[in-house]
Amino acid sequence: MDQAAALLDYVLRLADTNLVLGQRLAECCGHAPELELDIALTNISLDLMGQARSLYQYAAELKGEGCTEDDLAYLRTEREFRNPLLVEYPNEDFAYTILRQFLFDVYNQLFYQALQNSSDARLAEIARKSIKEIRYHLRFSAEWCIRLGDGTELSRQKMQTALDDLWDYTAELCTPNATDQTLLSSGIAVDLEQLKVPYFERVEEILTKATLEKPDYEPFQQGGKEGSHTEFLGHLLAELQVLQRTYPGAEW
Amino acid sequence: MAVQIAEVEGYLAQVKDPEIPVLSVLDMGVVRAIRPFEEEGVEIDLTPTYSGCPAMSTISFDIVAELEAQGIHPVKINMVLSPAWTTDWLTEEGRKKLRAYGIAPPEGQAGRIDALFGEAPQPACPRCDSRNTKQLSQFGSTACKALYQCQDCKEPFDYFKCH
Repeated sequence: MDQAAALLDYVLRLADTNLVLGQRLAECCGHAPELELDIALTNISLDLMGQARSLYQYAAELKGEGCTEDDLAYLRTEREFRNPLLVEYPNEDFAYTILRQFLFDVYNQLFYQALQNSSDARLAEIARKSIKEIRYHLRFSAEWCIRLGDGTELSRQKMQTALDDLWDYTAELCTPNATDQTLLSSGIAVDLEQLKVPYFERVEEILTKATLEKPDYEPFQQGGKEGSHTEFLGHLLAELQVLQRTYPGAEW
Repeated sequence: MAVQIAEVEGYLAQVKDPEIPVLSVLDMGVVRAIRPFEEEGVEIDLTPTYSGCPAMSTISFDIVAELEAQGIHPVKINMVLSPAWTTDWLTEEGRKKLRAYGIAPPEGQAGRIDALFGEAPQPACPRCDSRNTKQLSQFGSTACKALYQCQDCKEPFDYFKCH
């Protein structure tokens, strides 16, 4: 893979990750357990969407040929999306929503912390903006993780079920692929191998406080970053892209 | 004749944040630079408060409309992300206006938000000035605010959180 193709793939991965998780959280609008949570989840969604726009704008410039941020978000197919599988997992219930967010936020904070030092000036700039927002997300999801895990018998049981299901999808977050390898020596990409130990340490620290038991298997699900997704992503994109697919070129 | 920066600043003081209409774009600290542009135009660097702040496009539009109405043309807006906006850039005047409007201004330096846990700040109630206030949610009516309630006068209020 050449450097330019790898950079585009990398920026799209980051943009897709935010767009897909932002869309998932937006689905909670009007459905969260209480008003404050509704506002919180959609606020986080808004941050992710804003960051996604900065990234898609950059990707569109890299791609050239008159490509726009909207083309990239609305007109790519499922197999072209590069987000890790975790973020496309459905909301299910509030336990799943919070745990998915928590497992992602811990990674996301470590990742963007490191991305601030990227040799790619544009990525570093986006990272310095995003990291301030991500800290709030992590505080929110970690607090709720503890509150529900160390809560009632029912809330704990629901959190444990969600954790057992979602655990598999943590494997991919800190595992580099060919794109990462290509961009590593020039200092553009974050060294994901370096994040692995702190990631699982921080996750375990909060899970312990939440009295949740870490599943006793090695997480293994992979493929999202190469475009092999779960069945859930197609449904998500159908809703996200329906307007542009039905009325190509529609504008506000 | 090239535009006078002070004159442009005077006009910008009239452009309000659409979601907090007591604050001008200057009070918010989102105007990062003003430069003469072409013969009679101006170039302005703007920075978003939050990445997803939906007010930014309205703010850009309002700035162009205000300056063009004052005969300044063309007006070029650049969105800059770096350095990232911080509540430390809110002007003193802006903080006073926020409080008078019923929104508690940010307290302390933005660096403190690094801590994962820890006590939420207890801003003074903008209605009765009591410090006996409680955070209801760290996410409020807009991305930049948290939701609070005063334990004494019971007034619910927005706190412009440190960022």
